[in-house]
Amino acid sequence: MAITINGTEVPLPEDPRMSLAEFLRDGLHLTGTKIGCNQGGCGACTVLIDGQRVLSCLTLAVQAEGREVTTIEGLSSGDDLHPLQEAFIAHDGFQCGYCTPGQICAATAMLRELAEGMPSSVTGDLSRPAPLTAEEIRERMSGNLCRCGAHNGIIAAILQVAQEGAA
Amino acid sequence: MNPFTYRRATTAPEAAAAAALPGHRLLGGGTNLVDLMRKGVEHPETLIDVTGFSQQIELTPGGGLLIGGAVRNSALAAHPQVRRDYPLLSRAVLTGASAQIRNMATVAGNVMQRTRCTYFADPAASRCNKRVPGSGCDAQGGFTRYHAILGGSSACIATHPSDMCVALAALDATLHLLGPDGPRALPLSEFHRLPGDTPHLETELRPGEIITGVELPPPLPAMRSAYRKVRDRASYAFALVSVGACITVENGHFAEIRLAFGGIAHRPWRATRAEAALRSGPATPEAVEAALKLEFAEARPLDGNAFKLPLARRSAAALLAQLIGETA
Ligand SMILES: Cc1cc2nc3c(=O)[nH]c(=O)nc-3n(C[C@H](O)[C@H](O)[C@H](O)COP(=O)(O)OP(=O)(O)OC[C@H]3O[C@@H](n4cnc5c(N)ncnc54)[C@H](O)[C@@H]3O)c2cc1C
Ligand code: FES
Ligand code: FES
Repeated sequence: MAITINGTEVPLPEDPRMSLAEFLRDGLHLTGTKIGCNQGGCGACTVLIDGQRVLSCLTLAVQAEGREVTTIEGLSSGDDLHPLQEAFIAHDGFQCGYCTPGQICAATAMLRELAEGMPSSVTGDLSRPAPLTAEEIRERMSGNLCRCGAHNGIIAAILQVAQEGAA
Repeated sequence: MNPFTYRRATTAPEAAAAAALPGHRLLGGGTNLVDLMRKGVEHPETLIDVTGFSQQIELTPGGGLLIGGAVRNSALAAHPQVRRDYPLLSRAVLTGASAQIRNMATVAGNVMQRTRCTYFADPAASRCNKRVPGSGCDAQGGFTRYHAILGGSSACIATHPSDMCVALAALDATLHLLGPDGPRALPLSEFHRLPGDTPHLETELRPGEIITGVELPPPLPAMRSAYRKVRDRASYAFALVSVGACITVENGHFAEIRLAFGGIAHRPWRATRAEAALRSGPATPEAVEAALKLEFAEARPLDGNAFKLPLARRSAAALLAQLIGETA
């Protein structure tokens, strides 16, 4: 009865009502993960489960039993930033920063999906791997809203990391 | 949220047996059910997690495809066979929700998802016959941009919000169900009900039945298909109107045509009248125009969604013109 969070096994919360987002923030004090809408509409709560991006506000913590959760805290090590974090700073990919952990977790998984050839709704030819374009990245990141409107910087940051193949 | 217990089923028969028990509900990805529990619309006492089985996509002996109920929406859209033989399905799924939600959402959960009517989702302040039978419908005379223009009733004008189901309807998909009397199969187009006087009864699923999978018939040779979704923003929004179509054309005539709409009715709307009018007839804009007029003859648009009638007709006409062009 445990979840692995950023490489460490932790016991499940007793109350199955607790969402993964609440468990991370209130139970484990991993407050990098943010809760915006709490209803699936904004992406601020995005984390990775077994490498896949999901919304922690609509995931019950018990659903993640036996699985590996990675949060924004698990992407960097100490002061060594993840390449996406560096790029977000370089491209002004945020203002208030509230959406940023969700954006970066989503982008991490998105780059892997793109590398694996997963299509998106703007992919012209479904029989081939999608091209690496701003349009593709914009569509694939549309599940993460930014109230500050930093989307152009966000797309530029992700595109740069994708082109460098550094993520 | 009311207190509940959570457990995982490991087989379909185990889940079906549990589904028959009072207060028990199946949990797929939770993207709809968890949200509705938090909003106080759903109050299960026990959640049975059904994501641990029915996870495969397999070829059927007849050359079709059997998609397990627990296959995630993202895996379905990305599956090589689906992309090659049923691109309409990939396209429709990819226009739905966000990548995160598609990673969580299951095929069965998508079929069973409930309406996005805001009055349904608001137990504190709104009346809804779907939530509390007989209580009234605050959508009538309210904000109806996302509501039905076809098949509604005075009791309910909610729409079924799924994109995936529109593609499944146009692809002639069949649902595989398992219940106390064993397995049975039902065409997807006959699974969702119109509201009538009983809008709380949304599907033909019987007590103790679960969806184990969706079967697609073999793809037709030379079939062209496409999906078009019109929404309030370019991505991450529900359909105002969507349309999916599959056609084959021989000598300028429709040899086969299957057409379905989303966002306009209580169920994914299979346009059987338009199909019947067009099948074997000339594949021309005039014939399409006449058939669509027939399909929508009984449409009852409201003040807030009257735009959907011309929008649905124009979207379907444009989509079919595009597909006819591809077959030329
Ligand atoms: C912000 C947001 C935006 C969205 N946008 C779109 C969109 O644009 N287009 C679209 O199509 N959808 C959209 N969706 C809806 C989404 O597609 C559904 O929530 C999802 O498909 C439901 O699947 P699930 O596995 O999470 O279901 P759950 O929430 O787990 O369950 C939904 C229902 O299915 C029942 N159920 C689950 N499994 C079975 C089974 N095997 N047999 C019988 N019953 C079962 C459950 O008991 C429950 O009643 C959106 C959702 C959100 C939150
Ligand atoms: S907080 Fe989870 S999507 Fe907004
Ligand atoms: S930086 Fe403020 S919400 Fe995105």
